[in-house]
Amino acid sequence: MMMMMMMMMQRLRRSEEFIRFGCKSLINLRPNKNSVSRSVSGFVNHYDTKGRLFESKNGNHYNTELHHRCLGRNLGMLQQYKCFGSSSASQIERNPLFSSLDSKDVSYFKEILGDKNVVEDEERLETANTDWMKKYKGSSKLMLLPKNTEEVSQILKYCDSRCLAVVPQGGNTGLVGGSVPVFDEVIINVGLMNKVLAFDEVSGVLVCEAGCILENLATFLDTKGFIMPLDLGAKGSCHIGGNVSTNAGGLRLIRYGSLHGTVLGLEAVTANGNVLDMLGTLRKDNTGYDLKHLFIGSEGSLGIVTKVSILTQPKLSSVNLAFIACKDYLSCQKILVEAKRNLGEILSAFEFLDNNSMDLVLNHLDGVRNPVSSTENFYILIETTGSDETNDREKLEAFLLKSLEKGLVSDGVIAQDINQASSFWRIREGITEALQKAGAVYKYDLSLPVEEIYNIVNDLRGRLGDLANVMGYGHLGDGNLHLNISAADYNDKLIGLIEPYVYEWTSKHRGSISAEHGLGVMKANEIFYSKSPETVAIMASIKKLLDPKGILNPYKVLPHTLFSH
Amino acid sequence: MNTPSLFISGGLNLPPPEIKICFCSLFFYFFSFCCYRAMKILVAVKRVVDYAVKIRVKPDKTGVDTQNVKMSMNPFCEIALEEALRIREAGFAKEVVAVSIGPSQCVDTLRTGLAMGADRGIHVETNSSFLPLTIAKILKSLAEVENPGLIFLGKQAIDDDCNQTGQMVAALLGWPQATFASKVVLDKDKHVATVDREVDGGLETLCVELPAVITTDLRLNQPRYASLPNIMKAKSKPIKKMTVQDLKVDVKSDIEILEVTEPPKRKSGVMVSSVDELIDKLRNEAHVF
Repeated sequence: MMMMMMMMMQRLRRSEEFIRFGCKSLINLRPNKNSVSRSVSGFVNHYDTKGRLFESKNGNHYNTELHHRCLGRNLGMLQQYKCFGSSSASQIERNPLFSSLDSKDVSYFKEILGDKNVVEDEERLETANTDWMKKYKGSSKLMLLPKNTEEVSQILKYCDSRCLAVVPQGGNTGLVGGSVPVFDEVIINVGLMNKVLAFDEVSGVLVCEAGCILENLATFLDTKGFIMPLDLGAKGSCHIGGNVSTNAGGLRLIRYGSLHGTVLGLEAVTANGNVLDMLGTLRKDNTGYDLKHLFIGSEGSLGIVTKVSILTQPKLSSVNLAFIACKDYLSCQKILVEAKRNLGEILSAFEFLDNNSMDLVLNHLDGVRNPVSSTENFYILIETTGSDETNDREKLEAFLLKSLEKGLVSDGVIAQDINQASSFWRIREGITEALQKAGAVYKYDLSLPVEEIYNIVNDLRGRLGDLANVMGYGHLGDGNLHLNISAADYNDKLIGLIEPYVYEWTSKHRGSISAEHGLGVMKANEIFYSKSPETVAIMASIKKLLDPKGILNPYKVLPHTLFSH
Repeated sequence: MNTPSLFISGGLNLPPPEIKICFCSLFFYFFSFCCYRAMKILVAVKRVVDYAVKIRVKPDKTGVDTQNVKMSMNPFCEIALEEALRIREAGFAKEVVAVSIGPSQCVDTLRTGLAMGADRGIHVETNSSFLPLTIAKILKSLAEVENPGLIFLGKQAIDDDCNQTGQMVAALLGWPQATFASKVVLDKDKHVATVDREVDGGLETLCVELPAVITTDLRLNQPRYASLPNIMKAKSKPIKKMTVQDLKVDVKSDIEILEVTEPPKRKSGVMVSSVDELIDKLRNEAHVF
């Protein structure tokens, strides 16, 4: 106990250091390289490594005795390590104020939800405990599947009274570890709440439950002649509730704006079980503080979103897609400016990818070919959506031909039918998949001024040299870079070179260290790179107000030091 | 007849200039028919509802709703055009002519064809929607005007799935036909085409004498994309407008479409939550045992 307290004190004092350099020690606790290569995705089975953990002590900040005791004591709930220690996994310790699950709790849940919807089956829990990238794994023993808001409210009320930590989960496609437990938090998966409640064909307002899968909503709307205002690669699995909770961006943000604008209302349940009905369907409603915005992007840490009311757009018939190649980044920027001016109201997507990304996709995915016959340094996807086919076509062709003449574009193709368009999109949307197949990947999602976006890629390339393959691609139209570093396997030297360099670089240019992915558990301690301490302090007070015991999605979003227990 | 300027003598020893004109006209009649270098390929392309669109039947059941729906070139026609372009690029043909029959928007489809690389287009304008026999008659008249060495068509159109036009054109012209082509090899000297056909039992290889009609199947090639430089060049390529009357074709149809309806909706499956429930349903609802 004394040891524990001393550790706490040390940590509080050195919190700044931890934020920057905390993980080096962790990395040395990883098992030797051979076992990591077993699971290229980065997931390490803690049980195997128990023996080896005692051996490695190099550069270790911790007291290994403490370690022995912790490990010996809680085999089932080992301390969570980020498998390849990117950034801030300054060792997270389980909050001792949270209770542990016992049989009385389980029977209570079974009473409310019925036996079927209380999951203790290990196989199902295994999937629910692991995130999409297989980077983070929790050790939850229970998953609950409520069918309606009332059940969610009862669950949360009980958990609050018992001080049981919970993790709201949707499609589990997040990329920052925000949707899986860190320790043994109870998983509340809203997957059964998947009904469309109402759709107004005149105004285009869709009201649905939080567990609706985005692609299903898009298909439903398609029959009515409407489209969802957001579209992302994970649409086959992600839930609208999760999209709203993480303020997902996606490919159409440049045209329809962010969820803060398109979500007209939502219903959320706070930590103590109170149901906040903010499910308006009105386009304009200036009555008091607009609380729904707190929940949009809060990543489940302020409340569980149970219903969403969203403004959808009419489906326009004329969609055109061009795939063009440019020699340098300066041309890309100029094309962006020209596109916004010449294509104006019909521009609906503007994405870019560099040569390394294209090579990766061509090498790792089947059935893709480079639409452009020559290899260039940069490729851009421009999509236009409008109501007049011939008009839009002419506009796009005129714009591209002019750019070709000016020398901004070196080559390009225009998709002639939907199939060709899908194959172009496959290239851009397939980069994430190709990265997973290529080995270890370090993923960063940054918002930067458009002129600076590619400078960080070049700088990082210079810094890493032959150690890894640096790729830059993303939503150029929104100033959002997806920076990915691909290597054969996870590597301490590499992570040391990447972080905190990337965060510092971003901070220097007043960019955001997380443009659309959110903070989750990956970047919770990094928030100070993009937000001032005063701002973060107010965020912490709001969290304390809405969730005094901190049971909703703990250890995520806000820095751990603010909640030192 | 082709204009004399299209005639290429290539590889022949030309006689001295004085006799050249006399010989030229002789050669012209001989070789414009036989010489590969002057061979023209006619490709028929159809504007259809895009393959990826979810179609709906019009409420009055007269057909499929094509208002506000994305239209593009029939995928099999794209493959046909691609094959024609490859043959031209290999040096076996001089000119690829794309032809489309339909309303004014067909020009868009022809522009796509020109952007892929066709040399010129022919648009037979009509607002009626014709059935395969009428189309075949129109193509026959065109063939008599243009005198191609090969006519390429897609094996079928994805809107009506008729799979008849190519065969009918060949019959009307009295030309050999090789349908469902998955490989086409031209022989310069013997003036024949060897075609692998995809049939139910596997692959059948045919040898057809030119001129012939070939309809293309999916695995023949992967069509190229329309690149920007080609789109630019396409703007200056000519599209000739013609009418059915110009070609003196009788368009009266013997077939009348009575009704178009959707197939009955598939009943959705039911998720069962346990083996017991499954057995219960199999026994009591599906009466399997």
